[in-house]
Amino acid sequence: MKLLICPMNGPRNIDEFQSFGPVRAEPDPDRTADADWSRHLFRAENRRGIVVEWWRHVPSNYFFLAERDLVTNEVIRTFDPSERRDQS
Amino acid sequence: MNRLPAPWGSRIDRSRPLRFSFEGKDFEGYAGDSIASALAASGQWVLSRSFKYHRPRGILSMTGADANTLVQLPFEPNVAADRTPISEGLRVSAQNVNGTLERDGDAIIDRLGRFLPVGFYYRTFMGPRRDSWLKFWEPMIRRKAGLGVVDTTAPHRHFDKSHLHCDMLVVGAGPAGLNAAIAAAEAGADVVLCDENPEIGGSLTYGRHDPAMLADLSSRLRALPNLHLLTGTVCNGWYEDNWLPLIQGDRLYRTRARTVILATGSIEQPAIFRNNDLPGIMLGGSAQRLIRHYGVRPGQKAVVLATGDEGYCVALDLVEAGVSVILVADPRSGGETGTFEAELHGKGVAIRKAVTIEAAQGTAGNRHLARVRVGGRWIECDLLAVSAGQVPAWQLPCQSGAKVGYDAASGSMMLSLPKTPVHLAGSVAGDSDLQGAIAGGHRAAVAALLGLGHAVVEDKIFTRPMATSPVHVLPIVADPKGRDFVDFDEDLQVKDLQNAVKEGYREIELVKRFSTVGMGPSQGRHSALATARIVAEATDRTVAEVGITTARPPVGPETLGVLAGHHEPLERRTALHARHLALNAVMKPVGAWWRPYFYGDAGAAEKMIRDEITAVRQGVGLLDVSTLGKLELRGPDAGEFLDRLYTMAHANQPVGRVRYCLMLNEMGSVVDDGVAYRMADDRFYVTATTGAVARVYADMLFWNAQWRLRVDVLNLTGAFCGLNVTGPKARAVLEALESDIDFGREAFPYLSGREGVIAGVPVRVMRIGFTGELSYELHSPSSLAPALWDAVMTAGKPYGLKPYGLEASRILRLEKGHILIGQDTDAITTPDELGFGWAVSKKKPFFVGKRSIELRARLGQSRKLVGLRFPADAMDLPGESCLILRGNAPVGQITSIGFSPTLGCTIALAYVHVDDSTEGSLVMVKCRNGNLVDGPVVAHAFFDPANARQEM
Repeated sequence: MKLLICPMNGPRNIDEFQSFGPVRAEPDPDRTADADWSRHLFRAENRRGIVVEWWRHVPSNYFFLAERDLVTNEVIRTFDPSERRDQS
Repeated sequence: MNRLPAPWGSRIDRSRPLRFSFEGKDFEGYAGDSIASALAASGQWVLSRSFKYHRPRGILSMTGADANTLVQLPFEPNVAADRTPISEGLRVSAQNVNGTLERDGDAIIDRLGRFLPVGFYYRTFMGPRRDSWLKFWEPMIRRKAGLGVVDTTAPHRHFDKSHLHCDMLVVGAGPAGLNAAIAAAEAGADVVLCDENPEIGGSLTYGRHDPAMLADLSSRLRALPNLHLLTGTVCNGWYEDNWLPLIQGDRLYRTRARTVILATGSIEQPAIFRNNDLPGIMLGGSAQRLIRHYGVRPGQKAVVLATGDEGYCVALDLVEAGVSVILVADPRSGGETGTFEAELHGKGVAIRKAVTIEAAQGTAGNRHLARVRVGGRWIECDLLAVSAGQVPAWQLPCQSGAKVGYDAASGSMMLSLPKTPVHLAGSVAGDSDLQGAIAGGHRAAVAALLGLGHAVVEDKIFTRPMATSPVHVLPIVADPKGRDFVDFDEDLQVKDLQNAVKEGYREIELVKRFSTVGMGPSQGRHSALATARIVAEATDRTVAEVGITTARPPVGPETLGVLAGHHEPLERRTALHARHLALNAVMKPVGAWWRPYFYGDAGAAEKMIRDEITAVRQGVGLLDVSTLGKLELRGPDAGEFLDRLYTMAHANQPVGRVRYCLMLNEMGSVVDDGVAYRMADDRFYVTATTGAVARVYADMLFWNAQWRLRVDVLNLTGAFCGLNVTGPKARAVLEALESDIDFGREAFPYLSGREGVIAGVPVRVMRIGFTGELSYELHSPSSLAPALWDAVMTAGKPYGLKPYGLEASRILRLEKGHILIGQDTDAITTPDELGFGWAVSKKKPFFVGKRSIELRARLGQSRKLVGLRFPADAMDLPGESCLILRGNAPVGQITSIGFSPTLGCTIALAYVHVDDSTEGSLVMVKCRNGNLVDGPVVAHAFFDPANARQEM
């Protein structure tokens, strides 16, 4: 079983976590055409490469981000969402 | 009669004879004997009939890795007789026989073999009808070509699971694994060492080695408290980040190791020639195991096929065990005369070079080996020990990322480890001689310890000695008449694989699927290399290009009990569970929760439920609503947070007020509802539906991980209990209790909340009305809830207060037309379809789902949830989920239905076409019996449409 390093709880078995999918673009709902809004809701990109994903540590209900290589399933790093804000 | 004297037989205890039966016949063995060894000791060599041709089969490997020895126990099929110990009174029978093992009626199939070519089943049993395969052929073939029988009346067994954590797991306690584990433990690492055998030592226990070596390793091992030894334990897979299941009997150890050394050894390979499957033909290691482990003489007159020193050792062992070795056939031509060769010569054993076994013949019915042909000459014998090389046990290494390679010069498979989290040691790594294995064990331990951060000095003496003996690639002797088996499990011969290639299946994966090679219990252990060689030759490629198929977990068979979960399902009980039971509640599960369905006489459900409903409508009732989701939100942005999450306005909600809240997903569908009580400017108490609270709680934090508002969310669902006191007399009951809360109509109006103390219990009280009656919902810490319940019950006595259950609650809310999320909504329900336009703020710039409901509103509304009121004298009534038809097309369905004692008729909630949703419309409902009935539409609540009662 894979281990995932939770930024708050340390390394834990992957079955303690729930994936919430890749971080998506955040289009302005008031300035997005209907077709684009539908695409935003229902179409997910699934490209090879490294993605940043939302993960939840279920017992502590803590959400964090993980950089993962979709080809090798290697988790490059995990970090608290506040770091994302700091970067942007 | 084949039992050797002591000291042969390290596993058996001659002081403890055991009786057991095989095929109804009594046998005797010793404690420590396996079924196969005890039978062999008594001269019973045939253990099974083969899968397809029903040929007699016997001991092949003595490792539990082949189908030859699978037998049936009373409660367990497919048991490996060469691994399973006998016990007193054990009843063993053969499986896959028609008649008896000795006289199998289906043995005739062996002579019809040429009519059963590879792929025969795929082509032959297609017709005559479409379902002929499933209805007729498949059951028939399953009877003929089955394995064991599952006894569904078998008693329950207890299985359990345990967790292990260690610095290092060493799989395999042979010379390499033992040396690696001891070296690592002596360096201070916390080591787990496991081996599938009942004792440590691996080849040291059955090979021709100095017994002092094992004794020394054993005493060093025992002196190490940080070395945890698990014998009789199978490592059945490698999973990511070094997570490995270790199975010891009926216990599963889920093991997480910081580093892993795989010393899984190697698998001796059979030779291929005509009739190579006869009982009496076994692997060299198998003969040695019989002799040294069990003190069983594997034959009287033996021929040994030897392609290296191991084979010469087998011959020497046989001579010492009193077997007359007639010939050692060595396919290698010339070469140096080794010490073993001279030793054999000294014992008078003939050795022929540059010859191999060309064919074998059996006794009547092929029940045992009778003779073998070597260099064109037939030699009478009853044992052929085959020592023709081995392949590394590749299963676990490959699961961890190792790649299989092939060295054409030596004809051997080898493993390489490009960047894997495991280390290999011993013959699995190609170090098949003893000194090499010991050195390899030390090397692996040093590498693994360095990886763990231990300061280890690499020891120079542990370098790999050079291989000295010449190597030889044993030819595959295909026979024009077949019966030259490549895969004993599946009865596949050389020509079957060649034919599979001729059919166009060139790739090894396709050859496997078409021919079933490697799909049997041995999973290619004895056939993968030979298959690769045959396919390589047939397709004019190299063995490396052809490769072998992927070996996935589990490595060996595992009992389903080891994998199964607990017998007892998880259940949740409210703090008032005992109170309900004391009142004779009939309890029902609602998700994980157990709730009272109704109270009182279980045989008079209908009356009990009606009485409960009447009590609420006319007097006062009490409902345990503790299963409701309860969330507390704190922080300066709490109001803003709720504004974004729910459809109504909460930022401007006055302190002390309670507001309905409706949650949408991003698609604009209704996913939850509840109420929000503003306890302070920066503090809300929010309820969620029982089934959705876990997800709502997760979603709240998911959204806030993105929004990063200053708010904390606390899930109080288990920590708080809820009591709903409801009915016209509810206020009187509460006013009779000692409290600092004023329950008066003006002081505590509808849709407001108060904090205080009732009967000494701190409470949060909300005036809300799921039943449509005057209601107070009392929330208190769970530990104090029973005291509060008792106080309310006592105070309510003079008013006829009656606890009511889930069914009464369901009808009470249905009479009011109140919806249940998930029951009356589905994945695409919008607020408009529920008539909940009033609950959606038009002023807020944003809330989750806003953009989507606006978009969906433009697409047009097709259905609406309405009430249906069926006449009291209706002959047919629909049930839940019955369709609403318009013309012939379904436009909706009944979502809730029940008899209302208050109204004296059956009422329902249903989705109807939006054009039929006005009061007085009639819709067509299809009942379960197929009859169509009219459903008169009611646009408002069935009972008290003006909602006067709840605001009293």
